[in-house]
Amino acid sequence: MAYILTHAEFDTVLQRLKQDYILIGPVRKKNKGKFSDADLITYGQIESLSDLETNGKSQFSAKETIFPPSQTLFYFTEDEYREPKFEPQKRIVFLRACDFNAIKRLDLLFLENGQFVDAYYKRLREKTHFFVFGCEKSYENCFCVSTGTNQCEGYDAFLNFKGEKINLFPSEPFKRYFAGYEENEDILPQFIERNHIQVDIPEGLSTKIYDHPYWDQYGKRCIGCGRCNFSCPTCTCFTMQDIFYRDNKNAGERRRVWASCQVDGFTDMAGGHSYRKQQGERMRFKVMHKIHDFAKRFNMHMCVGCGRCDDVCPEYISFSQCISGLKGVVAHDN
Amino acid sequence: MSVDTKKIKKNAYRVTKTRGKTCLRVRVPGGHLPSQYLEIIKEIADKFGNGTVHLTTRQGFEIPGIDFSSIEMINQLISPMIVGLEKEIGVPLANGFDKGYPAAGTRNVSACIGNRVCTMANCDTTALAQKIERTIFPNDFHVKIAVTGCPNDCIKAHMQDIGVIAQVEPLYDETRCISCKACVKNCQKVATGALTMGNYKVERDPHRCLGCGECILKCPNAAWTRGNKFYRLVIMGRTGKRNPRLAQTFVQWASEDVVLGVIKNMYKYIDKHIDRTLEKEHVGYIFDRTGYNEFKNVVLEGIQLNPEIRIATFINFHGSIYDSQIIFENVTKA
Repeated sequence: MAYILTHAEFDTVLQRLKQDYILIGPVRKKNKGKFSDADLITYGQIESLSDLETNGKSQFSAKETIFPPSQTLFYFTEDEYREPKFEPQKRIVFLRACDFNAIKRLDLLFLENGQFVDAYYKRLREKTHFFVFGCEKSYENCFCVSTGTNQCEGYDAFLNFKGEKINLFPSEPFKRYFAGYEENEDILPQFIERNHIQVDIPEGLSTKIYDHPYWDQYGKRCIGCGRCNFSCPTCTCFTMQDIFYRDNKNAGERRRVWASCQVDGFTDMAGGHSYRKQQGERMRFKVMHKIHDFAKRFNMHMCVGCGRCDDVCPEYISFSQCISGLKGVVAHDN
Repeated sequence: MSVDTKKIKKNAYRVTKTRGKTCLRVRVPGGHLPSQYLEIIKEIADKFGNGTVHLTTRQGFEIPGIDFSSIEMINQLISPMIVGLEKEIGVPLANGFDKGYPAAGTRNVSACIGNRVCTMANCDTTALAQKIERTIFPNDFHVKIAVTGCPNDCIKAHMQDIGVIAQVEPLYDETRCISCKACVKNCQKVATGALTMGNYKVERDPHRCLGCGECILKCPNAAWTRGNKFYRLVIMGRTGKRNPRLAQTFVQWASEDVVLGVIKNMYKYIDKHIDRTLEKEHVGYIFDRTGYNEFKNVVLEGIQLNPEIRIATFINFHGSIYDSQIIFENVTKA
């Protein structure tokens, strides 16, 4: 059962939702791309449906709405500390199916990974609702069908844009915002069913692959910029920064900030040791986490096949081709 | 044979080494043209020239080996190109577009490949060159102008009477900065060292910043994004027999309106001060006579300056001095 609304009608619904929620989604920022006269599609607040960018893939994912790039954990003075006053407003985040599946991975990492629940994540997460919109087409580098993340359930609403009309599938709590419209159409949510790229994630990966010369090509090609990690909807690594205010060194704050396993410094330890010095080793670490290590703990692959790492790599390194190539290596070595 | 050499020179033909043969100089404002026009160049070269074409340093074409008697015919043949590359961009030609070029003194406004192709360019250099062309062509004064997209200055703006170097104001969102230092390391290695780290965030010295946009290109997380476009004007660079020298900065962080206004006013300055006893006088030598302040006063007259602009208080030109009495010792001991 679905509501079928015109864009204007759905805008009316959005205005009702805005009474109770901040609306966040992919927006097109004119001329904010890294290259001159190019746009940046990224997450931002939306006021009406026309702000929502559904035609292109966003460079950054929805993860930053619940896991910001930089977050103050507490302020400290000589003998006491205090958490920031933080009362997030209720929000609705618009995102695609792959990104919604990525949120499930974030939940596992921050809420169900060992015995500690990440309170900073939890309080933002609890205030956040997700409206998933179906993809009208598969974009370059997408391989969500291969990772099984083209479909999803458990959303707060689902949208299919159909030209002039939008098929809407709100969950029960959100149906009241659709009051006055008929929910009568016997149709189902439609997900993208085919990508240009198919990836067959290899089974039987093991530590045997660690020293394989397969990774050497990435040692030569990768420049260690970290774009793949920062654009990735499932990368959750962070580091801590203690800042001492310059005009009073006895006061400061502790921040947690996104970190990248491809960027220098990630494995630095006291004494000057560093685990993974070569970019090839760092690529191996990232790939293994995405398609092997994570699944050992959580029974699903971390990668959701959004292909953003391919989209943003300035050296044209393809994650999906790396995985495909790895299958050949595993087959040969086993 | 009777040829009015002054007339044909103004028509963009020249007296050549071969008696009876001339050579047509074709303008390509901004150095980027639809490929269809290459067929016209080819036709003229094959039918009326010697089957060769010279690519000029100013991004035009010279078609040599043409009989003086063919000039009228060639002016008809080149007409569609003058319409396409001059009329279409708004250049007014009082005598129509089928009589060849009406002036040759002000040279083709050249441009680097710009942001239509280059990742580093901060503007569409061809489009700006075309706006400049519209402002100053046709004109008999001998002036050389070029536009380059970044301080790498591939078009050699520093060798022009006015060189336009595109700038971008980098905007920093510290909440997106993840302290990877990519921008800082790069600025210190390839630019001016305007960026430093302080308390895990980036600090920018606006007096050192060239507006090259490298920080934006290097940032993996869009903490640096593009602000407004600005331009630096370098002036009175030249080659030649008397005192070749690189152009020096006149204004920086100037708006496009200021750039076009200054260029327009420079023709008033030339008109006011040119030595009319000479066949032609190059603006750089006029500048040497009048001094910087007179130039500054005339070219800035009536111009609405944007608030960000910075204007040179003085200019110290360097360059080769060829006076052999001063710098070359006679070793033969007369």
